[in-house]
Amino acid sequence: MSVVLETRALVKQFGGITPTDRISFSLERGARHALIGPNGAGKTTFVNLLTGVLRPTSGTVMLGGADITTLSREARVRIGLVRTFQINQLFATMTPLEMIAAVTSERLGLGTRGFSRLDASAGLVTETADILARFRLDDIMDETIATLPYGKQRQIEIAAAFAAKPSVLLLDEPAAGVPEAERRELLDTVAALPADVSVLLIEHDMDIVFRFATRITVLVNGQVLADGAPDAIARDPAVRTAYLGEAAHG
Amino acid sequence: MLSRRWHPAEALFWAGAVAAAFLFPRQLLLMNEIAILALFALSLDLILGYAGIVSLGHAAFLGMGAYSAGFVALHVASDPLLGLFVGMAASGLLGLVTSPLVLKGNDLTRLMVTLGVGLLMLELANALSFITGGADGLQGIMMGKLFGQFEFDLFGRTAYAYSLGVLFVLFVLARRIVHSPFGLSLRAIRDNPLRATASGVPRNWRLAAVYTLSAAYAGAAGALLAQTTQFVSLDVLDFHRSADVMLVLIIGGAGYLYGGLIGSIAFKFLQDIISGFTPQYWQFWIGLFLVLFVLGGREMIHGGIKAVLARLRVLKPGKRS
Repeated sequence: MSVVLETRALVKQFGGITPTDRISFSLERGARHALIGPNGAGKTTFVNLLTGVLRPTSGTVMLGGADITTLSREARVRIGLVRTFQINQLFATMTPLEMIAAVTSERLGLGTRGFSRLDASAGLVTETADILARFRLDDIMDETIATLPYGKQRQIEIAAAFAAKPSVLLLDEPAAGVPEAERRELLDTVAALPADVSVLLIEHDMDIVFRFATRITVLVNGQVLADGAPDAIARDPAVRTAYLGEAAHG
Repeated sequence: MLSRRWHPAEALFWAGAVAAAFLFPRQLLLMNEIAILALFALSLDLILGYAGIVSLGHAAFLGMGAYSAGFVALHVASDPLLGLFVGMAASGLLGLVTSPLVLKGNDLTRLMVTLGVGLLMLELANALSFITGGADGLQGIMMGKLFGQFEFDLFGRTAYAYSLGVLFVLFVLARRIVHSPFGLSLRAIRDNPLRATASGVPRNWRLAAVYTLSAAYAGAAGALLAQTTQFVSLDVLDFHRSADVMLVLIIGGAGYLYGGLIGSIAFKFLQDIISGFTPQYWQFWIGLFLVLFVLGGREMIHGGIKAVLARLRVLKPGKRS
C-alpha cells in the first residue's frame, strides 16, 4: 500500500513546551487509521500542523509525495486534505442544500464566479444532490441548519467535509456529543465512507476506535508511543500504563 | 432552491418606486435623496449583510465618489455617466487599497479601523482644498444632459429618474452577485470563517473583492449625490453619513438586499416628518425612535417580514435544485 499522508520528524515548540516532538507518521491510501492519546498528548497540535493552522518548528508534511509544509489551509483543502471539527463548524443560517453547494462550488473552482447562477452548473447541481442523498440529508435540505437536531448537524459536518472531495479525511471525534439514539446513524455514515478516501480518526472513545480502525497510532507527550494493528496496541504494556491506565483513572 | 426567481412582490416594489414619481411630483427631490441613500445602504449591505464586515466609515467611499464626480464635472466633462463611472472607479480603488485593513481582527477592530479611515478621508479632503475646495466645497457644478437628452431640472424629475435608474441597475447586479457561487462563498465566510477556510475558500481574496465592490457602489451613490445636488461639501465625508447608513440598515434589516431600500424610505420619511413639526429637535426624536426600535420593535418588524417571506416560500412550488 502506498503512503498518502506523511510527516517526517515533525516538531512544534511553543516556548519551552514541545507538544509535537519529532513525530514521523504515515497514513496509507485507503486507511482506517486512528490517532489516540490522553488529554494533552498533542493530538490537536498535530492535526493543526497537518491542516496548516500551525507551521512546524521543523520537519515536513507530505501529501501524495509532495511537500505541503508551507501551504495555506485552503490550498491543502483544494488538494484533498480535509478535516471535520470536534465542535460543529457549520454555515448555520444556510440550509443543508446551500452549505453542501457552497463547499462543492468551491471544490469545482466556481467560487470566483459572481455573475453565474448557482443552478447553471450541472456538475454543481448533480454533485450536491448526490452528497445530500449519500448522507441522507435530502429530506431536510431546505431547512435552516441552526434549527436541526444535533445528530443531523453532525452528519452535515461530515457531509460538508466529504463535499470537498478529500483524498485524506481527518475526522476529529465525529461522534462527540451525539446522543445515543442518533449515534448509530452517524457511525454508519463514517463506516460507509468510500474505500478510496483515507481516513484518520482522532478519537477518545475506545469503542469507536476498535470498531473502526485497522491501524492505531498512540501519541503521548508529543511523541509516538506505539503504532500498529489494534490487537497489538491493546496488548502493548507501555500503552496500557501510559494511556489506558490513565483513562481508567479518569 | 438554489435559484432565486423574481417574486411578484419585488416587481410591485419597483413599480411603486416609478409610480411615486407621478403620484407625488412635488416630492421628487426627497425621493431622489431616498434613492441615493438606498444605494448607499445597498452598498453597506453587500459587506455587512453578506460578508459580515461592519463599518463605521462607509462615508469615505461616498465622499470619494462625490468628489471624483464633482471634479470630473468641473474640470473634465459634464456628462453624468462619465462622472458616475469615474466616481465608482475611484471609490472602488480606494476600497481595494484599504481592504487589507478590514481583513484582520474582529468586529470591534473593524469598527475602529473603518472609523479611522473615514476620519482620515475627511481631514484629507479638508486639507487638499485646491482639489476639494476645502470648507467651501465644490461649487458651480453644471451637469450636462443625461444621454444628451434630458436636462436636470429644478423639480428633480431627471434627477429622480437618473438615481432610480442607477439604483435599479446596480440592484439587479447585486442581486445576481449575491445569488452566485461567489455570493454563496461570502455567506459561508460570514457564517463561519473557520469552516469556510476548511472548505477551501480563500477568505481574504473574497472579502477584498466584495469590499471593493461595495466601495464602488458607495462611490456611485456619492456621484449621484454630487451630480443631482450639483454641490459637494465636506458633509459627504462626515461621520453622520456613516452612522445614518448603518441606522438605515438596522431599520430595514441586513442580508436580503431590500433592507437598505426599505430602511432608507422609512428613515427619510421619519426625518422629513419629524423635522417638519420640530425642526430644531428632530434628532432627539430620531434617537428616541432608534432606542425603542432596537430594544423592542426590530424583532417584531423583522420577524413579521420573515414570516411573510416564509409564507410566500411555502406557497411557491418547492423546486428541487
